[in-house]
Amino acid sequence: MRRPAMYASLVLASLVVLVPLAVVFFAAFKTRAEYSTTGPLTPPRNWLHFDNFVTAWSEGRMLLGFGNTTVILAVSLTGTILVGTLAAYAVSRFDFPFKRLVLGSFLVAALVPGVTTQVATYQIVKSMGLVNTPASAIVLFLGTDIISIYIFIQFMQSIPPSLDQAAMIDGASRFTVYRRIILPLMKPAIATVAIIKGIAIYNEFYIPFLYLRSPDLSVISTALFRFKGPYGAQWETIAACTMIVILPTVVLFLLLQRFIYNGITAGATK
Amino acid sequence: MTEVNKRRYLPWLYLAPALGLLITFTYVPVGNMLFYSFHSWDGLDVTMDPVGLDNYVRVFTDERYWRVFLVSGYYFAASFAQIAIALYFAVVLSFDVRFKNLFKGILFFPYLLNGVAVGFVFLYLFQPDGTLDTVLRWLGLGDQTRHWLGDPDIANISLAGTSVWRFTGLSFVLFLGAIQSIPGEIYEAAEIDGAGRWHQFRHIIVPGIRRIISLSFILAISGSLAVFEIPFVMTGGANGTRTFVVQAYETAFQFRQIGLASAMAVVLLLVVLLITWVQRRIVPDEEVQLS
Repeated sequence: MRRPAMYASLVLASLVVLVPLAVVFFAAFKTRAEYSTTGPLTPPRNWLHFDNFVTAWSEGRMLLGFGNTTVILAVSLTGTILVGTLAAYAVSRFDFPFKRLVLGSFLVAALVPGVTTQVATYQIVKSMGLVNTPASAIVLFLGTDIISIYIFIQFMQSIPPSLDQAAMIDGASRFTVYRRIILPLMKPAIATVAIIKGIAIYNEFYIPFLYLRSPDLSVISTALFRFKGPYGAQWETIAACTMIVILPTVVLFLLLQRFIYNGITAGATK
Repeated sequence: MTEVNKRRYLPWLYLAPALGLLITFTYVPVGNMLFYSFHSWDGLDVTMDPVGLDNYVRVFTDERYWRVFLVSGYYFAASFAQIAIALYFAVVLSFDVRFKNLFKGILFFPYLLNGVAVGFVFLYLFQPDGTLDTVLRWLGLGDQTRHWLGDPDIANISLAGTSVWRFTGLSFVLFLGAIQSIPGEIYEAAEIDGAGRWHQFRHIIVPGIRRIISLSFILAISGSLAVFEIPFVMTGGANGTRTFVVQAYETAFQFRQIGLASAMAVVLLLVVLLITWVQRRIVPDEEVQLS
């Protein structure tokens, strides 16, 4: 293919990606009057007009949203890593009856799309009395995660079993082997899981929307969604809030690019 | 406790948390869902009325319910566009291109964004006299402007387009990764043999990434059935844009028809399992090796 055509297509695609975001960025800095009189593609007159961000931050209780998201994220990630590595350790280092059945049950579960079972899952979470508590989102983020266990199993198979056998001859218990040998060597796989799972939880909308109804339990997705009704016409505020939600993703992406690409590839193809 | 007994129960101790969660939040719900789907229940009553296959009959005969499959069709068709665009840019960026990482980053970035934020960004773009209309007027296509989200004939296309914008980056990065894992010597050998770019694409790249393309189609089909955030945030399901999950959500949580919603979910689950099974038959997955 001709080079100029190739670059033209790349530039066009970049514009298609960036323009929709840039216009929202513009709107976030405009005053009420400016917004209604200028076109969407006109940059704001004053780039230091932060009023919309202040309004969005306080009216949307974004601090609360980020706080709740952080707590849920931290607990769910820690839990996923512990539950996943323990299960992977059992599967890759022990021989036991029904092992194939257990593996198969994880495999089949990976095919069940989480959104389809929420009708019935909701009744279970409700009967546990967890609806409208952060624990509901946390157990669901833990319980619906099969891909992480997979990544852990695959990675653990690349750690030579002779390492654990040597330790056990020296008198180490199984748990010591897991804690002192396996877990430290699993760091790359743990990083991969933390990244893909972290992004997924930060962006999750359906589960918090369904289970964390109380405004005090808003996470960032639901906090942003709440702007839809009462702020229907105030686009400059909605735009500012959208930018507040996107900003952490931009920063994280710029810092962790390489890890994110690797993590996403590992997560989708396993 | 004897040593033998201890060894027997030890692995189960390590497995217990994962298995417990798996059973409680995946298998029990699927089982319950099957049970609910043959009953009429509002989610609160102590008793459920068995109704046989009524819920299933309704899913397939009432237009409000089977229509959602047609809506999925828009997203499914869009996913072909998505795969084609992703494949094109993956091939382009696997060549020697300037600013490769910049372009790669830009094309991938939308996939990382929060779904609600994407919904608002495109709600803003599609507004009457919004960004899209302004750009069209700039290009002299002013007569092409319309109610992108208000007109039932076009709303689903606008939403499916939004979905392409959001997910192309994922397919693109997966394809690019697969292409880059093809050893460079193969291209060199092909070039010595006089193979052009098209031949290289047809005979080296396509076979090299067949598995990932087939995986992308599976993700596309189950993805197009599971669309929720984009229509829910942007139109709330109005103007004929109600998707399967939006409809199931409303049926279960607004109209409290748990039985009917469960029947919908069972149908969706069966479709997804069937498609996955067909895919496994067509493209055997050599790389799965557990234990």
